[in-house]
Amino acid sequence: MKKNLKYNAIWLAIAILGYVLIYALEMVGVIDQFAETTLVLIGINIILATSLNLVIGFSGQFSLGHAGFMALGAYSSALVTSAIPSVGGFLLGLLVGMIVAGIVALVVGIPTLRLNGDYLAIATMGVAEIIRIILNNLKITNGPAGLYNIPMLANWSTVYVLVVITTLIIVNFVHSRNGRAVMSVREDEIAAESIGINTTKYKIIAFVLGAAIASIGGALHANYIQTINPTDFGIMESINILIIVVLGGIGSITGTFVAAFLLGILDMILQNFGTLRMVLYSLALILIMVFKPSGLLGTWEFSVRRLFTHKKAKGDAE
Amino acid sequence: MPLLDVKDLTKNFGGLAAVSDVTMHLDNNELVALIGPNGAGKTTLFNLLTGVIIPSEGTVSLQTDKGLQVLNKQKPYKIAAEGMARTFQNIRLFKDLTVEENVLIAMTDKNKEGFLESIFRLPSFYKKEAALHQQVVELLSIFKMENQLTTLARNLPYGAQRRLEIVRALATKPKILFLDEPAAGMNPEETADLTRLIQQIQSEFHITVLLIEHDMSLVMNLAERIYVLEYGKLIAEGTPKEIQGNQRVINAYLGGGD
Amino acid sequence: MHTVLQQLVNGLSLGSIYALLALGYTMVYGIIKLINFAHGDIYMLGAFWGYYVINQWHFSFWPALLSAMVFCALAGVIIEYLAYRPLRNSPRIAALITAIGVSFLLENGMSYLFSSNVRNFPQAMHVKSYNFFGAKVSNIQILILVVSIVLMILLQLIIRRTKMGKAMRAVSVDPDAAQLIGINIDRTISFTFALGSALAGAAGVMIGLYYNSIDPLMGMTPGIKAFVAAVLGGIGLIPGAALGGFVIGILETATQALGFSAFKDAVVYVVLIIILLVRPAGILGKNIKEKV
Repeated sequence: MKKNLKYNAIWLAIAILGYVLIYALEMVGVIDQFAETTLVLIGINIILATSLNLVIGFSGQFSLGHAGFMALGAYSSALVTSAIPSVGGFLLGLLVGMIVAGIVALVVGIPTLRLNGDYLAIATMGVAEIIRIILNNLKITNGPAGLYNIPMLANWSTVYVLVVITTLIIVNFVHSRNGRAVMSVREDEIAAESIGINTTKYKIIAFVLGAAIASIGGALHANYIQTINPTDFGIMESINILIIVVLGGIGSITGTFVAAFLLGILDMILQNFGTLRMVLYSLALILIMVFKPSGLLGTWEFSVRRLFTHKKAKGDAE
Repeated sequence: MPLLDVKDLTKNFGGLAAVSDVTMHLDNNELVALIGPNGAGKTTLFNLLTGVIIPSEGTVSLQTDKGLQVLNKQKPYKIAAEGMARTFQNIRLFKDLTVEENVLIAMTDKNKEGFLESIFRLPSFYKKEAALHQQVVELLSIFKMENQLTTLARNLPYGAQRRLEIVRALATKPKILFLDEPAAGMNPEETADLTRLIQQIQSEFHITVLLIEHDMSLVMNLAERIYVLEYGKLIAEGTPKEIQGNQRVINAYLGGGD
Repeated sequence: MHTVLQQLVNGLSLGSIYALLALGYTMVYGIIKLINFAHGDIYMLGAFWGYYVINQWHFSFWPALLSAMVFCALAGVIIEYLAYRPLRNSPRIAALITAIGVSFLLENGMSYLFSSNVRNFPQAMHVKSYNFFGAKVSNIQILILVVSIVLMILLQLIIRRTKMGKAMRAVSVDPDAAQLIGINIDRTISFTFALGSALAGAAGVMIGLYYNSIDPLMGMTPGIKAFVAAVLGGIGLIPGAALGGFVIGILETATQALGFSAFKDAVVYVVLIIILLVRPAGILGKNIKEKV
């Protein structure tokens, strides 16, 4: 009991320290407007990619339509905050987005999650495209032009806090009764069923939770960038999120953080290269995959608990 | 009244009857073996009983707290929840999870840990996790595996993987345990250990065991009753002694049927 | 009545392009279980090759078509050798990401080297229109349909009658067993890429001629639709890919004709999802269950 408290306190300390560090760097001027934008985009990508990692890495379901749920979050929040431009409106927008994305994921997930592997990937990609095309044709979403002048209700600290909260939700979920059942589905569905796991139910739980969290990423995107249109949420965006997950290591939340940072920074450096940027980016992607196909960290996770038990074990040996 | 009652169970795979007209029963707390030559349909019968395959005809009914329940056409997880647990011929562990997690997952339904409770890590979460951990350790210690809690299942030696699969099945608190060739690939010493273990499980947990096995010494030592399957049909039923003297069984094994 | 016929004609010509592309997806998927995301970009390369040789070397249509097929076959083989072969024993998702990377590279590389402008495809042929029971049919539409069907028949002959074709089928059923009986897996896979890419090259030149405009990103959407077509027909099945291509083409033109052009892609995906749910293995596919 006490031990658990200690580990949780250390995690909290790390989170606060990170916040203070960014705050200080911002004060001193090391982080300028440009760097801040990069950081915010990295944060949003972390939220999107960790939620996709929950679906791909932990429940083992290959979804290629994450941008669709991001879009639902972005549009919900944009519409709500445009009507109620306040912090309360932002929170309401977040909630509406999560509910909408969750319901859509539920409706879509119940039939499609029966499919496996690449078929599910294609079906979810199709769903995301359908969502995008509908947004492209509705009046309330202002069609292809999209929504603009969305109130800026998110700044880097909002993003930071939400990154911490969503990561906490995902990690705590994974290490609980439900999360373990979800992982058993990834490992072996037939064996899981044989010990009483309703595999469909747990796939859907992971899928809906992933979608709801992705909608938070979308809401932050809308309220930070302040303009959105359907092309922001196409297949390319789904693929970008997937790349972060695979690059970091499928099933490693730590890896997702590392990959989101690396790609964000790579993107920032390559800004100066113009068109060459995407060429170099794609080359880097191919090379990393060819030489490190399991992703940068594989399934490795950073763990405060292990850090301590390791030290202890060493201490005992001495 | 039998615990499990199987009537006229048949499975056709496109004209070919893999299992046909099997009628059998299992009583409380008994140890029964299912034997037969390769390809006789033993594993198919297991798959029918545990719901992995849906039967073409016939019924499987189990005595539960709510009375006699017809199980066929139920999903495998429902059948498992009713108290039928199994192992697999070709070991199906959760390979990239730890030994402890493998067993914990089998306790999912018995564990009433809520979603919010675990997300917010409420004190009750830690309490429930600690209790579960205790149960897992107890269960594993019967199989002398309590020191391997954090080992990944894929890193266990072969014999230990087979044992872990049995522990995982037991963790669901079953009424009937189906073991599909538990001694396959084991050396004589390991097989002898396993024999003792199966007896111990049966008496300690008061459950019924049905096992498929090719190792005749194990079967004859353990089983109270034996069913013999050939070409999908039951050709004999009886005590080990009766089976040993049964001419049809001898023919089936010695190639009379080939 | 004649509008229905007209849409059918338009749908068939568009569908045959999708079918040609879908064949490449289905062959590669059949043999190495990879969704070759870069396949649509091979088709773009084919179109650009055609554009270049017709403009610079004054090729007429047929040499342009044939040389584009050879060029794309080579490109496909090189891509497989450099990017996919090292990943053959890696998790499939890693190979998928690599394919996406190759796709990005081709799109952006072409944009970087030759600019991303949309350009007019040279008219290598005079456009003539015929009246066919009230529907307007252009010679290019007939050409596309005939060339596609001839290529599909040729492909079927190669796969059914030649030694290499038999090797391809053997590898797609069981690579290990194929290797044991002396089939050279690497060469068979290269050959598969060559065949698929050649078809994509032909499709590229023909679409250039038909739509009269090409650009480095032209392969993205048709690529995805062609993959959808392959899944629709039953992935891994050659006739399935052809059928799926035609179905998607006709569906798309029909939606457009009914006045829902904005939703033409959505309809494609809705049909895909319905097919997947009703017949996960596609229209012509057979369901295979895992053995326990």
